[in-house]
Amino acid sequence: MQSEIRVVEKATCTFCGCVCDDIDLTVDRGRIVKAKNACVLGKAWFLDHTIDDSRPEALVGGAPATAALAIEEAVRILAAARYPVVYGLSDTTSEAQRAAVEIADLAGACLDTTTSVCHGPSGIAFEMVGEATCTLGEIKNRADLVIFWGSNPAESHPRHFTKYSVTPKGMFVPNGRKSRYVVLVDVRKTPSARAADLFVQIKPCQDFEVLWALRSLVKGVDVDAGIEAETGVPLATLRALAERMKRAKFGVLLFGMGLAMTRGKHYNAAAILALARDLNRYTRFVAKPMRGHGNVTGADNVVSWSTGYPFGVNFGRGYPRFNPGEFTTVDLLVRGEADAALIIAADPAANFPQPAIEHLKRIPVIVLDPVLSETARIARVVFTTGVYGINVAGTVYRMDDVPIRLRPALPSRYPSDEEILKGIARRLRELRAERGCA
Amino acid sequence: MTRLASPDDRAVSDMLTVCNGRVYDPTNGVDGAIQTIAVKAGRVVRLDEVDAAARTIDARGMVVFPGGVDLHSHIAGPKVNSARKMRPEDHRRARPVPRTLVTRSGVLGSNPSTFATGYTYATLGYTTVFDAAVPPLGARHAHEELQDTPIIDKGFFVLMGNNEFAFRCLKVRETDKLVDFAAWLLGAAKGYAIKLVNPGGVEVWKDTGHNVARIDDPVEAFGVTPRQIIVGLADAATELGLPHPIHIHANNLGLGGNWLTTLETMKALEGRRAHLAHIQFHSYGGEPGGRLASAVPDLVEYVNGHVNITVDVGQVVFGDTTSITGDGPLGYYLHGITGRKWFNGDVELEAGCGIVPFRYKHRSAVHTLQWAIGLEWLLLTQDPWRIALSTDHPNGGSFMSYPDIIRLLMDREFRKAEMRRVNQKALAKTRLPELDREYTPYEIAIITRAAPARILGLARKGHLGPGADADIAIYDGRDDLPSAFAAPRYVIKAGEVVVEDGEIRRDLRGRLYYVEPDFDPAIEPEIRRWFADFYTVEFENYPVGIEYLPNAERLSARGSRATRTG
Amino acid sequence: MGDKASLEYREVTRTVRMNPDDMRRVGVENGSKVRLRNALAEIEVTCVSAKDELPPGVLFIAYGPESSKLLAGDTHGTGMPDSKGIEVELVVPGRA
Repeated sequence: MQSEIRVVEKATCTFCGCVCDDIDLTVDRGRIVKAKNACVLGKAWFLDHTIDDSRPEALVGGAPATAALAIEEAVRILAAARYPVVYGLSDTTSEAQRAAVEIADLAGACLDTTTSVCHGPSGIAFEMVGEATCTLGEIKNRADLVIFWGSNPAESHPRHFTKYSVTPKGMFVPNGRKSRYVVLVDVRKTPSARAADLFVQIKPCQDFEVLWALRSLVKGVDVDAGIEAETGVPLATLRALAERMKRAKFGVLLFGMGLAMTRGKHYNAAAILALARDLNRYTRFVAKPMRGHGNVTGADNVVSWSTGYPFGVNFGRGYPRFNPGEFTTVDLLVRGEADAALIIAADPAANFPQPAIEHLKRIPVIVLDPVLSETARIARVVFTTGVYGINVAGTVYRMDDVPIRLRPALPSRYPSDEEILKGIARRLRELRAERGCA
Repeated sequence: MTRLASPDDRAVSDMLTVCNGRVYDPTNGVDGAIQTIAVKAGRVVRLDEVDAAARTIDARGMVVFPGGVDLHSHIAGPKVNSARKMRPEDHRRARPVPRTLVTRSGVLGSNPSTFATGYTYATLGYTTVFDAAVPPLGARHAHEELQDTPIIDKGFFVLMGNNEFAFRCLKVRETDKLVDFAAWLLGAAKGYAIKLVNPGGVEVWKDTGHNVARIDDPVEAFGVTPRQIIVGLADAATELGLPHPIHIHANNLGLGGNWLTTLETMKALEGRRAHLAHIQFHSYGGEPGGRLASAVPDLVEYVNGHVNITVDVGQVVFGDTTSITGDGPLGYYLHGITGRKWFNGDVELEAGCGIVPFRYKHRSAVHTLQWAIGLEWLLLTQDPWRIALSTDHPNGGSFMSYPDIIRLLMDREFRKAEMRRVNQKALAKTRLPELDREYTPYEIAIITRAAPARILGLARKGHLGPGADADIAIYDGRDDLPSAFAAPRYVIKAGEVVVEDGEIRRDLRGRLYYVEPDFDPAIEPEIRRWFADFYTVEFENYPVGIEYLPNAERLSARGSRATRTG
Repeated sequence: MGDKASLEYREVTRTVRMNPDDMRRVGVENGSKVRLRNALAEIEVTCVSAKDELPPGVLFIAYGPESSKLLAGDTHGTGMPDSKGIEVELVVPGRA
């Protein structure tokens, strides 16, 4: 085969929530051999991508099947189920997410995304408090105080520091790093601490107390020195930090799983959102969750515009209802309520609590995934689909809600998630129309 | 005669006649005459162009209106979606929207989900709706949401009044460059018109947490004033020959004494076409933080005498709603006075937004004044062709309240009964109690159809003459016409019966209107540098491609920009 | 998202990091196998020194299939399982 090297410029990497769209991909003989500007995670994402054309386009009951047959089986499962759940969606395009919402609507299913086990608590906090926020370019152009809380961008979002939050020279921050003061607050002194001017180590499960103390101090209400024994953070440190926050020109709080996953969850997120809000009395301040997967933000957006709610949705009464804890997937599985699952671009069988995985093994599962994931291994129906951003075009939403188009580099013989989901939706609609039900 | 259609069904015939109804078509001077409207292939046609195969709707005793046109609403895009996300309680309290064989499910409240938005507008007889404010960085998002907003034809206005590149052009008075930039930006976003929201003020908020109040207040970081922004971009809209003129949410919204800002804004626009949005919020006498008063008579006098200015009302409706605005500092101010949850979203280099739940109360003096001021505008304006009905949905109230407002205009007794429920001292400070005028159906058709269509520059909307899009609303007004506006008997969209007796019969995809004016490509290298220096997305990835517009119509911008190759 | 079958991923998600003083105190060699145990599960992982990263009493293991075995299913109405600040017993083989 003749060597044909081509370059796809300004491609978008969807590995993490940075969604960098300045990647130049060099493609040689059907492989991506170079990913200019990509970080270590992005390079792995692009370069480790292998095309395994040998996998069947679908599996039903472990045996190879055509996509059409697999769609029939998937539709049969969803139509027969009394309490199905549609889950996942963080690693696929918004076009596919929209089709998944339609399926959930038609099937009267629960609809949930990986948000519920990631920044779902931050979403709940958003509903309680609101959010003072901005797009990442505002941080680049204005921020002179950047505080990371319970987040380790050096390992989870490697280009965040250099592209957005720490080193870039911005319009009103012309000296870049020199114009900024960077703080890291965490239980662990992670590699991100090297980027910080100040590292504040906090005892596990004490974030809420520290955040609330900061809120008090910002408002001029003093805090008991006993806070140090409780949280590991001296009062003097907190007082200094509160002052620094009030004196910043534009401050940013960026928070991760260190808040969402630990004791307090949405109360931690509410506290940090409230802190940023309070600071706007003195200066400009924002708070942003550090979103993980490439298009989990897109999932939030698509589910919100279609249903009014961001995750943990149920269509069982014929219209959307929302209740984290009731309609969220871990709960549906742990309580043994879901009787079928459609899992798209996610791998709950790998990472969910054991009781949830055990139940998942007991119910019919339909999976769409480019690879044979843990969840695919236990599924009744498996679709092999193309990889978004590498094979498949479409739209993704960056961690700050900025929508970005994908530039795929390689063709794939497999259909996209969108195609399969639209096929399922169409057949489900036909089946229900035949039966005379909405 | 009626049947439930599945989305893939084709009508038996693409011809339709609406017979025996009283037609109100102000664009064509029809004031209640009994006329037959003939439809073929989605357009209104002459009677002799349809034959016996046409489906017939007998509209005896009913009134026939063109489909409603809402030229200022907040229905799609980043800030609207943030409002949806932020207020699950608002959705839960509202009547649900269950799926049917034909429609998707959804939620209502002050920020309905996208499917519910399209269906609900349609069930009110509205067939064209424009979103008032989208930051170009989020245009792709607005397009995706509009794809999921069924039935209605639509488009949106592109925020430019706090665009930092535009500021740079204005500072050095590079008018041509500003015009080219505006053209490029409209095309990149696939938007419809140039929108200013608190021009300069949002930049001041992002920079310092403060605001501007008057149009000569400085935007320090960029060395420009709101006046320069207003005039510069109004001239750009004119120069580009855009179908809709500059659309302005003026500085100083909501504060006592702001009528002076509004007046100076209008005077700055002398000789230029301009549309001032939700004028009610900009018509306050008195002092900031002090007693509010109505300044409507003075402003109406100005607008009556200056035909270059059009307005939409922004009528307040008592009850719960959400304030969603591109006016960042306004959002913070409302959060401060209400204490309710607050969303603020600053968009790099371009715009901002603020979202706060809000409740307008009958007994509140301020809210009563606001309510009365909107009605004063509607009842005092001499030329109904230059005032469009709106609530600045959802800021003043939901678009679902349009029928109630129509009732207030048409039915003096109903208005009086409403006036008895409000704060009487505040009401007495306005001229509303003495205004006896009742709107005729013809005038209602003007302010809800013909005028907004004309102001938008949509020649095939808002009327029922041959060539018009067959967007028709048929109301059964035998007993009580004003109430009938809440529930049309039939709504026809592009010649298809989409609503019958309050039910959606067909789910259609409406059309997206946009402009993409020519510009001098010599500006591109400078825009590229701008992106490289300050944006966090790539210049190449910024414009919205045509793949986001599955059913779109590009309107021509009849400007003087030369088309150059390359 | 990446290939979970990759060797690197398996290694990272089967490694627990520990404060070196704690390691000395309980007699764990850097790179040796230990078990983490709670009411739900017992997993075998490799223990490495966290240098100055962790305070005493705190272990770190990357979110993955192994660590998830220690997560209980109760989300307390939030949808999110308790995924941090989980108490475990560290079992040193030969010293149980």
